[in-house]
Amino acid sequence: MNEVKKVLIVDDDSDFRDQMEMMFSTRGYQVVAAAGRKEAEETFTSFTPEIAVIDLMMENDDDGFVLAYRLKKSFPECAVIMVTNVTGETGIEFPGANESSGWITADAILSKPVRFEQIEEELRKLGSNGNE
Amino acid sequence: MSEEILLTLLIVDDEEGMRLGVKRSLRKFSMDLDDTDEVVKLNVVEASSGEDAILLMEKSTPDIVLLDNKMGGISGIDVLHWINKNDLDLMAIMITAYASIETAITATKEGAYDFLPKPFTPAELKVSVRQAAAHLVALRQARELEKEKRRVRFQFISVLAHELKAPLGAIEGYLYLLRDGIGMEDPAVHDKVVKRSLVRLSGMRKLIYDLLDLTRLESGQKKRELSSIDVLESARNSIETMKPEADRRGISISMEINQDKIEMTADSGELEIVFNNLISNAVKYNRDKGSVTVSIENLSDTIRIAVTDTGIGMSESEVEKLFGEFVRIKNSKTRNILGSGLGLSIMRKIASLYNGDVSVESTPEVGSTFIVTLKKDIA
Repeated sequence: MNEVKKVLIVDDDSDFRDQMEMMFSTRGYQVVAAAGRKEAEETFTSFTPEIAVIDLMMENDDDGFVLAYRLKKSFPECAVIMVTNVTGETGIEFPGANESSGWITADAILSKPVRFEQIEEELRKLGSNGNE
Repeated sequence: MSEEILLTLLIVDDEEGMRLGVKRSLRKFSMDLDDTDEVVKLNVVEASSGEDAILLMEKSTPDIVLLDNKMGGISGIDVLHWINKNDLDLMAIMITAYASIETAITATKEGAYDFLPKPFTPAELKVSVRQAAAHLVALRQARELEKEKRRVRFQFISVLAHELKAPLGAIEGYLYLLRDGIGMEDPAVHDKVVKRSLVRLSGMRKLIYDLLDLTRLESGQKKRELSSIDVLESARNSIETMKPEADRRGISISMEINQDKIEMTADSGELEIVFNNLISNAVKYNRDKGSVTVSIENLSDTIRIAVTDTGIGMSESEVEKLFGEFVRIKNSKTRNILGSGLGLSIMRKIASLYNGDVSVESTPEVGSTFIVTLKKDIA
């Protein structure tokens, strides 16, 4: 029996949110979408995500980081994928996938727009390289 | 309170009497700068030879150097050459015993700012130092300003790039979905994907147009055609343009005027931009079934335009933030409202062309009033 995977999608841009939702739901995932950090945190009591795709900069510039940290605290098993528009123009280099070193608690960071294949690739890497 | 700028002056002379004389003359030196409330004071240090001077300057660069040419070791010109080679940011004043043309030419070539022929009086010394200090301070301020301008320009471009990347990414994402046929079995989804792509494209177009308006205004390249214009007519045109969107959301737009015609000297395009921005914002940030009031007052030498909405309003801190470029108040209520974040910058730029300004009064959940004042006759 295949268990239905649960995904939390958090983005303040409704288009990105809808796109992610479409990509996951057509592949049979159960999706909960939130437009901001607070809204996402409110789902914590009723929804246990196994995968979370969150935007880095929402209402506050660091909402994504804060949310990733709280997600990992509440659901240590949840794979957190951060998506952002920021790399490139600011020249800020984020640690790559699987380098959840320091204070960035995301498992992977991807630039927008994200294609479903990229997410699958990250999840595959996490699955094979993750904790035994 | 005036601010103190402390400049270091290095006197280089092998005659001790000369060094002492200079120090004594400049001990109480104080100079007010014209445009700012800054006061220049001097800290005088000395060197008894060119070699010593170079040793001192290697450690820290003085601001002004008083340089004797004929000394025991290397000459003043040699020191000047060294300063030049090392590209030091300072003003050099040459002290020459005989005002020889040759020395003057060489020193000028090496970048000396001024000459003091020996013997000179304390007053002559002060005049020369005063000029050098004023020149140096002005030069540094200009350089600082240029740096700040470059920084602002860079910041503007980075934010602009970010603002363009968001819709571009959204459209790209939709195109991937279309290409891969994800969710396209449902015609309603297909329609939505196309519609949203078009909405984001129009947002990009608006941003680019606003940007062009702003750069034209700032560069002064846009040809202004000033003529006598009826302000009310211009307001009515903008209301007409926004009417379909307002009707769709049940928002009424009314005008409050006490005259049939209010004329001013203006560029019709600029006036149109002001009204379009004011009225479209008042509609965009309004609640459904709200109202917009456009009030235009004819004061003695000024036109006062006030546009009031019954929308979401802003807190005091949000109003404060509003006056930057690309600032769009990001919260749950504005999330789905498209805008370039340049409208207010553009309005302010235009208002300044008419010796006027833009101000805001706002209460959260009640509404905002944007007030633009324009002088009627700028000629």
